Amino acid sequence: MSELPLTGQGGVRDDARPVPFRGGGFKPVRLRFLGAAVIVALILFVEWGTRAGVISNLTLPRPSDVLGTFRDLWTTGMLWDHLIPSLTRLAVGSALGVSTGIAVGVMIGLFSLARAGLVPLVAAIFPIPKIALLPLFVIWFGIDEGSKYALIAFGTFTPTVVSTYGAVDNVDRTLIRMGQSFGLGWWSIVRKIVLPGALPGILSGLRIGLSIGIILLVAAEMLGARYGIGAYILEAGSLYDLERLFAGVVILSALGVLTSGAIGWAERRLLAWRV
Amino acid sequence: MDLHLDRISHRYGRVEVLSDISLTIPQGRIVCIVGPSGCGKSTLLRMIGGLERPDQGAVLQQGLAPADCLNPLTFVFQDFALLPWRTVAGNVELVLEDHPLTRAARDRIVADVLARTKLSDFRDALPKQLSGGMKQRVAIARALAVNPAVMLMDEPLSALDAQTRELLMDDLIALWTRAPFTAVYVTHNLAEAVRLGHRIVVLSRRPGRIREVLSIDTPLSDRRAGDPALEAHQARLWQLMRDEAEAADMELSDV
Ligand SMILES: Nc1ncnc2c1ncn2[C@@H]1O[C@H](COP(=O)(O)OP(=O)(O)O)[C@@H](O)[C@H]1O
Ligand SMILES: [Mg+2]
Repeated sequence: MSELPLTGQGGVRDDARPVPFRGGGFKPVRLRFLGAAVIVALILFVEWGTRAGVISNLTLPRPSDVLGTFRDLWTTGMLWDHLIPSLTRLAVGSALGVSTGIAVGVMIGLFSLARAGLVPLVAAIFPIPKIALLPLFVIWFGIDEGSKYALIAFGTFTPTVVSTYGAVDNVDRTLIRMGQSFGLGWWSIVRKIVLPGALPGILSGLRIGLSIGIILLVAAEMLGARYGIGAYILEAGSLYDLERLFAGVVILSALGVLTSGAIGWAERRLLAWRV
Repeated sequence: MDLHLDRISHRYGRVEVLSDISLTIPQGRIVCIVGPSGCGKSTLLRMIGGLERPDQGAVLQQGLAPADCLNPLTFVFQDFALLPWRTVAGNVELVLEDHPLTRAARDRIVADVLARTKLSDFRDALPKQLSGGMKQRVAIARALAVNPAVMLMDEPLSALDAQTRELLMDDLIALWTRAPFTAVYVTHNLAEAVRLGHRIVVLSRRPGRIREVLSIDTPLSDRRAGDPALEAHQARLWQLMRDEAEAADMELSDV
């Protein structure tokens, strides 16, 4: 062994092999276009299938026909007649639900009294299918917008509360100790340490909350609305007009993708400090 | 401002952690507390800083803190405790924001402490971009910003590698030489203790009691790594601690 030089390439014999690589994986990287490519491929497949007759026209509408319906919606202006009420309902309802959810969640996270009193209540209302309560909301808030706002607010409220107080629980206690040791006021500690520390958890709760909000939006509009995506889909469905049904569904998917994208964008902007 | 610890005892449930600790921390001196791990050093420091109440005894302040002192008892934590979402300057500013200071005064303090800790070039960096040694310098800058009467340092260098530790020790000595501060410095590293301590308090294993208090008169700026007199002190400390550490290591901790 002693004749081997300690540095340089001199001592490498013929039977030397590279050490097998065993690391890697378990670390998602951002692949921008793959998601879109999967969707496009699926659409192209259905288009081909319906044209070639592999898929019958009664099973699935032809994507190009759906696109045509979509174009009609756009040119007649009906798209906005349906979309704007829906977006308003979603925005108002989820803004109400998310803001009260964050406030209650932070209270549960910070005060033992609120935790003891409210956690069982939240656990009790979390699994209720909120749509079952719509008749009740109609009595309380009226058949118009009020009941829809309430339903969406209620639906986004519970997941937001649960994720917020979990996130507050997970804020690094040494940071809070640090704040106290420097004599920071209670409100300063909440605002500058607890809330930013809980933000990652709150945002991922928001993802779930807003998806539930979209589901409830459609459900509420199906049960009683003249305009809105849900009403549009219901009408198309009762006429077995698959093109229009799918046009509505595509709008909903787009809404879901957009909200999820918006939250992703907010995460990258607001949570750039994460390692 | 001097601090007096008056017969402090404390227990967590059935576990007696500290027993009858009486100690004086004189102004302008660094008092090191050494002892085997789990003997209650951090607990004692939290009590000195008012983050925890002892079961018996009290921590007393004697004399007033200087008028420009914003937070008399100020911690430097082992794990830095920096807000990851704030920049270096933002982390220092955090502790000034609750005080009635003008914008200009606040900026002046931040610039001053960052210069003193050689961080001026990094004021806009986020903690995730910094090395461990830099993070701890930020924490030290933050502590200096409130002009503390007493710095409470809980193993501030333990999370760092040996070379960085050596450099930061030099920085601390330079800071102290320029403007002597009072500090309680908890460590389990005896080399740090003999370099930085005017007094070294040796605690026994749990329940922590004071086994011995050692005074080293050599001025901080004259102490060098490898100085025979310091080595002798360190050897003596090690002799005192060895048995305790061994016994503490064998103990089951029932928490
Ligand atoms: N909040 C606490 N509750 C219960 N036991 C604790 C708590 N903090 C510390 N201890 C226990 O007290 C003992 C002393 O802890 P600590 O002061 O952290 O020791 P050191 O800093 O000397 O290593 C340890 O046995 C630890 O498990
Ligand atoms: Mg400790």
